[in-house]
Amino acid sequence: MTAGKTPTPESDSNPRPPRYASSRAAAFAGLRDSVGVPMLVLGASYLGFGSLVHGAGLDVWLGLFSTFTGWALPGQIVVIELYSLGGAIFVVAAAVGMTNARLLPMTVALMPYLRAPGTPRWRYYLFSHFVAVTAWAAAMRVCPSLPERQRLPYFAGFGTALWSMCLVTTAAGFYLAGELPGAVTLGLVFLNPIYFMLVFVADARHRARILALAIGALLGPPLHLVSADWGLLITGLLAGSLAFATDLLLPRRRKESGNA
Amino acid sequence: MLEPDLAGSPLWAYVLVVVGGLATYFWRALGVALSGRVDASSRLFEWVACVAYALLAGLIARMVILPNGPLAETASADRIGGAVVALAIFFLTRRNIGLGVAAGAGALVLMTLGRGQL
Repeated sequence: MTAGKTPTPESDSNPRPPRYASSRAAAFAGLRDSVGVPMLVLGASYLGFGSLVHGAGLDVWLGLFSTFTGWALPGQIVVIELYSLGGAIFVVAAAVGMTNARLLPMTVALMPYLRAPGTPRWRYYLFSHFVAVTAWAAAMRVCPSLPERQRLPYFAGFGTALWSMCLVTTAAGFYLAGELPGAVTLGLVFLNPIYFMLVFVADARHRARILALAIGALLGPPLHLVSADWGLLITGLLAGSLAFATDLLLPRRRKESGNA
Repeated sequence: MLEPDLAGSPLWAYVLVVVGGLATYFWRALGVALSGRVDASSRLFEWVACVAYALLAGLIARMVILPNGPLAETASADRIGGAVVALAIFFLTRRNIGLGVAAGAGALVLMTLGRGQL
């Protein structure tokens, strides 16, 4: 906020949803909007991912390749963890598939706010690569208030900036893990599980999902001891289905509270 | 099958990253293809979300309690302590994820240094 208030000529009755001069301006606005807390936190998590890759004894290019092609951190971590455990190809495909299946309903929910008449279909397929929690949440918030032609550019700008930054921090995390004192490197590697733990706690608003988190956390470690290969898949299917069923059987609550 | 020769080699990691990337992009492309034709808030998707949440919660708990890689050198109590500190700071700062994460990771570093390891 600036101290000296300059009266704006066009006093907008609804100042929050911005409208931009052109599609290009919307893309730059998306780029600008991505710089801030989301980029800081996600960037730090990719710093952690880079150090995780380093810790697994892999090279920096693998980390960059993973961030470039995968671009959804939980699935990327699953791949590195299962690689370290010697997981089979089917197990990796199934575990990443289950981890990221949430991207399907997210994309379905976002698409109505990205479509504009006359846009070639391949652009939707191209920019759908940016559907991951951070950019998705921003687009769900901002895009409905934009003119149709500015929506996809805004999302593309936001996603491009975030993605680029995370490629940089993936590499930075990798090299920092090699340079920093051992204890600090441990802190970097620890960023990932802690970040996702808090993201999920912050996000847990539905009872079914809170149950899924709790049962999954309880079953994960013991099932890992039963089978390092299949433990993760079984945890997801068993704990997830159990939580889903429990939620259906318990009486519906009138109002879902935000407390985990 | 390629697996016996390649498994465990660094090249194998690239194969797995490609597989993971395809398994990820598949959902996004399918989402674009199906948009307008399916309901994103249906029961099927709620079950899908539950499975994903449970799988990730299981993975996170396993990474904290039974880590592999560098974290395996730290004490279990320190990792669990770090996770508890992260949760405490998160709730004390009105659900600030950035501060919670920094506090949790910082706590692990300090506790590890305090034990004179590394």
